[in-house]
Amino acid sequence: MKSIIKTETVTKRFDAVNALDHLTVSLPKSGMTSIVGPNGSGKSTLINILSGILPFEEGLVVIDEQHFRVILPHENPSNGLTRTFQEVRLFEQMTALDNILVVLTKRGVFQSLLERTNSELHGKAKELIDSVGIWHKHDSLASDLSYGQRKLMEIARVLAMDVKVFLFDEPFAGLFPKMLDEVKQLLIALKEKGCTVIFVSHNMDIVRELSDHIIVMDAGSVLAEGDVEEVLNLPEVISAYLGT
Amino acid sequence: MPQTANADGKSTASPSKHLKARVRNNIELLLILVLAAISLAFMATQSFGFAVRLIQIFCIWAILAVSLNLLIGYTGLLSMAHVGFFGIGAYSVAILTTNPAYQSLSTDTIPIIALPFFAALPIGMLLAGLFALLVGSVLSRFRDDIFVLVSFSVAIIAHNVLVNWRSVTRGPFGIHAIARPDLGFWAADGRVEFAIVSLIFLALVIYVCWLIVSSSFGRVLIAIREDEDAIQVFGYKATLFKLAVWVISAMMAALAGALVASDQTFIDPNSFILLESIMMVAIVIMGGLGSIRGSVLGAMIFVLLQEGLRFVPFIPQGYVGQTRMIIFGLLLTALMLFRPQGLIGRYKL
Repeated sequence: MKSIIKTETVTKRFDAVNALDHLTVSLPKSGMTSIVGPNGSGKSTLINILSGILPFEEGLVVIDEQHFRVILPHENPSNGLTRTFQEVRLFEQMTALDNILVVLTKRGVFQSLLERTNSELHGKAKELIDSVGIWHKHDSLASDLSYGQRKLMEIARVLAMDVKVFLFDEPFAGLFPKMLDEVKQLLIALKEKGCTVIFVSHNMDIVRELSDHIIVMDAGSVLAEGDVEEVLNLPEVISAYLGT
Repeated sequence: MPQTANADGKSTASPSKHLKARVRNNIELLLILVLAAISLAFMATQSFGFAVRLIQIFCIWAILAVSLNLLIGYTGLLSMAHVGFFGIGAYSVAILTTNPAYQSLSTDTIPIIALPFFAALPIGMLLAGLFALLVGSVLSRFRDDIFVLVSFSVAIIAHNVLVNWRSVTRGPFGIHAIARPDLGFWAADGRVEFAIVSLIFLALVIYVCWLIVSSSFGRVLIAIREDEDAIQVFGYKATLFKLAVWVISAMMAALAGALVASDQTFIDPNSFILLESIMMVAIVIMGGLGSIRGSVLGAMIFVLLQEGLRFVPFIPQGYVGQTRMIIFGLLLTALMLFRPQGLIGRYKL
């Protein structure tokens, strides 16, 4: 199994608590990988570290054969990855359309000063918002969207990125069945395009349905990993998850 | 816009609430415009010279407010340092253009360069930009409350430099005989001419700010204001964007400073105290964060209030300044209570 992301003895501390405790894990390059575990097991911390939102104290991260002791958040696209957040983080006082346009524009200060919204950018943004089915809301402020629409907008925003690795932090949480299906289809479409899809979820039905590979975390370490059915039936996994 | 969510997560606007919101917004704007028109008419009846003077003062405050709004309203950087760059622009033009004949009579002499206004102006703006770059490379690492506190220190340091670097600034004595804009074939030596020059510069500043906020760069600034971490994840180095807008804004403040120096032909450090920065921030918030029009309107109301109160009969002349501050403070408090986005702003603090 070829890996796209590896962590080697990565440690992240919050005061006296080790959120990640010498974590060594490999995330496969192909297919869809789910990261599961009880609350506080370090799933979101791992995503935050991989995307540079949080620094880590010890260890090494390898992304597509590049080695990192420090990851800066603005380097994500050049590292070939993007992410969504556990709590939806849209640009609240911008319209849905602007939320997409902003990530489609030039990254350099001077280039962006000279760039204005043209029909090509607008068309691309429309296509992305259409792909999550909420173009009728493109003029609404992000703060005025419903929870489900906000989740979809966040997914549309990562779809705008030309990267190979997509990290989704609880993309299914709090969604109605219809929207849940929409999000599942979007993730499947990414996988079919050959992208690496990694998602954190507590919904075991979806984990079983979508995952090609599963990683179970507990107390900042990997408890088990491998084939979904096999791993989810391990007694230690059941014990960690159910607390029995 | 008030909305309700239905079972499948789609939201629908309530028409009656929507109508009410529109009516309320329009009435508020209308009221402000009527008030402004009445005040303008009142000012115009005083004398033509006085009205021209008001336009001149308005232009300065409007340039300061519009440029500061790039930081506060669009980027979410509540800066108190604007007066520092305002001072650098004013002093640069003063030092570079002061008349040698006058300065030779002074007890505390400074180097005489005697450049024309239009040669000194870009130098002053460039110096302010360089100072902003220096300060900003440190400041752009801070956020929120810490940023505000550090920006306070910039304003305080700048004022102290103006007071104490006497071999360059003449300290508390100030600098006299500052040149007025002169193109050779046309000089802005009268009040009307100077007001025209100021209006042209204000229009230029508004245009440049509009170009900035309507570009992709402007959209990134707003995203930084909304969630700096999130926009960085998408490949934008927020510190660079913040630094760039900080420098641009500082150069515009320096332009306002240059105009003040040239208009008054005399400056001293008292014109560049921290209170001036607080007034600038107040104008921006009152007019509306994230709105160029709002800043222009805010400056207009501020100047009308500032100058108009002189003519209110029951306020003794000696108390006009204090009364002005009290009224302005009450206005701001009421705005924060009932309209936190400012008169025509879109972004709430």
